[in-house]
Amino acid sequence: MKEHWRTAWTHMRRTPYQALAAILIMFLTFFITTVFVLTAGGFQTILRYFETRPQVTAFLKDETTMIQVDTLKAKLAQTGKVKETKYISKEEALAIYREQNKNDPLLLEMVTANILPASLEVATNDLSHLNEIAQILRAEPTVEEVVFQEDVVKALQQWTLNIRRVGIGLISIFGVVSLLVILVIIGMKITLRREEIDILQLLGASRWYIRAPFLLEGMFYGVVGAFVAWGITYLLLLYLTSYIIKFFQGIALLPVSPLFMLTVLGVEISSGIVIGSLGSLLAVKRYLK
Amino acid sequence: MVKFENVTKKFGELTALKGVSFNIEPGEFVFVIGPCGAGKSTLVKLILREYLPDEGQVKVRNIDLKDLRQKEIPEYRKKIGVVFQDFKLLFDRTVFENVALALRVIGEKEEEINRRVENILELVGLSQRANFFPVQLSGGELQRVVLARAVVTEPDIVIADEPTGNLDLGTARGIVNLLKKINEKGKTVIMATHNFEIVNLMKQRVIELDEGKLVSDEKKGKYHLA
Repeated sequence: MKEHWRTAWTHMRRTPYQALAAILIMFLTFFITTVFVLTAGGFQTILRYFETRPQVTAFLKDETTMIQVDTLKAKLAQTGKVKETKYISKEEALAIYREQNKNDPLLLEMVTANILPASLEVATNDLSHLNEIAQILRAEPTVEEVVFQEDVVKALQQWTLNIRRVGIGLISIFGVVSLLVILVIIGMKITLRREEIDILQLLGASRWYIRAPFLLEGMFYGVVGAFVAWGITYLLLLYLTSYIIKFFQGIALLPVSPLFMLTVLGVEISSGIVIGSLGSLLAVKRYLK
Repeated sequence: MVKFENVTKKFGELTALKGVSFNIEPGEFVFVIGPCGAGKSTLVKLILREYLPDEGQVKVRNIDLKDLRQKEIPEYRKKIGVVFQDFKLLFDRTVFENVALALRVIGEKEEEINRRVENILELVGLSQRANFFPVQLSGGELQRVVLARAVVTEPDIVIADEPTGNLDLGTARGIVNLLKKINEKGKTVIMATHNFEIVNLMKQRVIELDEGKLVSDEKKGKYHLA
C-alpha cells in the first residue's frame, strides 16, 4: 500500500495543476455542502425555538386599567388553550428595551416608559391555538395591536424547506461535476501513462497494482477537498459567531457543538472518498481495459 | 517447457506464423532466427500471451495459453523474463528503479529488492550506473538494464527479442554471454535475432523462420545466409 501511495503522490507531483483543479472542485462541493448543512441546521433550531414557544403578544392601549387586564386574563384562561399569561408593564418594557440595547446609548437616550406600550404575552398549549387566541385579543377594545408567531413559523418552515431544496440541488450538481472532473483528470493521467501501464502489464503487474495508485489519487482529492472545505467553513463560523449570537438574541443557536462538526467532517470525508474513488474507478474502467 | 503445436497467427490478410511446431526443453538455449518479418516477434508475443494463436496450441509449462483467464495472465507473466527489442524502460526512472520495478510488481520486500537489484547490476556491470537515467546510457548499457530487469525476478524462462539489434559485435557478445551465464544457471533462454555472427559463434539450437514458416530446427545450428 505504501508503494501505491508513493506512486499516486508521484502522479500528483508531476501534474500539479490537474491535482489543484481536482482539489478545488472537491473543495467547492464540500464548502457548499457545509454551508448548507449549517444554514439548514440553524434554521431548524430557530424553527424549533419558535415552535416550542407558541406565543401571542397583545399590545395594550395606554388607558387600559389593571382590572381590564385581569378580566382579559380570565377570559383567555376560560378557553382552556392558554398555558400562561404574563403582563408586561410599561416600566418592565423599558427595562427589557434597555437590556437589549445596553451597548447602544443613542437608542436609549430618547426612550421613556411612556413611549412603550404595556403588553400581555400569552403562551398557548399548542402552535395551532395561536390564531384563535389572536382573534379573541383583536376583538378586545383595550388591545391596540396583536403580534403572534404563526406567520413567523410558517415563513421559517418555508425558508427551511427552500434552503433544503436549493442545498440538495446544488450539492447534487456539484457532486456530479466533481465526479466528472475526477473522471476526466484520472482519465488524462491514465492516457499520459499509457506506455508505463503497458510495460507494467508486460512485467506481470496485477490489475490492482496498476489501478491502485489512480484510485488512491481520486480518494486523496476527495479527502483533502472535504477537509479543507470543512476547516475553512468552521473557521468562518467561529469568526462570525459573535455577530450571529447578537442577531439571534435569545435563541440558543451557537456555539455549534464540536461533536456535530466532527460528525459533519466524518460524513464529508466519507463522501469525498466515495466521490473520489468512484470517479477514479469509472476512469479506470473506461481507460484501462 | 515451451511447446508450439501447429501454430498459425494471422493479422488480417497477413499470415505471421503458419503451422509452426517445436518443443523447447527446460534449460535449453534456443535462437529463433530469420529475416525481418519472418515472425520472430509474433512468436515471442505468443509466448508472452500478448496474442492468442488463430490455430494450434501454445503450451508453456504444459498449460495451453488459450486456457489462461485474463486475471491469470499477470501471474503467468511474472514467471517469464523478457528483454524487449525497444527496451520498454521507464525514462523518468533511474536504472535502479527500472530494475526494481520487476520486483515491486511481484511484491518483494524493500530490503530484498535492494539486495537483488544491487546483485544483478553487479552481474551486468552497471553498479556504477545505478542512479543514472536511461537517457544517460549507451545502447549496450540500456540493453543490459533490460536484461537485468528480465532476470532479477529469477524466472525460469528468459525471452530476448532482438537484444543485440543496433549494437556493435563486441557489445552484442557481452549481452549474449550474460544470457549464456543465465542459461548455465538452469534457465531456459529463447533469443530471437537476425545477428548471424552471434548465432554462429554460440553453436546452440537454432529454429529458423521464414515468411512465418519453420524452415529448420537444428540442435547445434548455424545461421545460413541466403
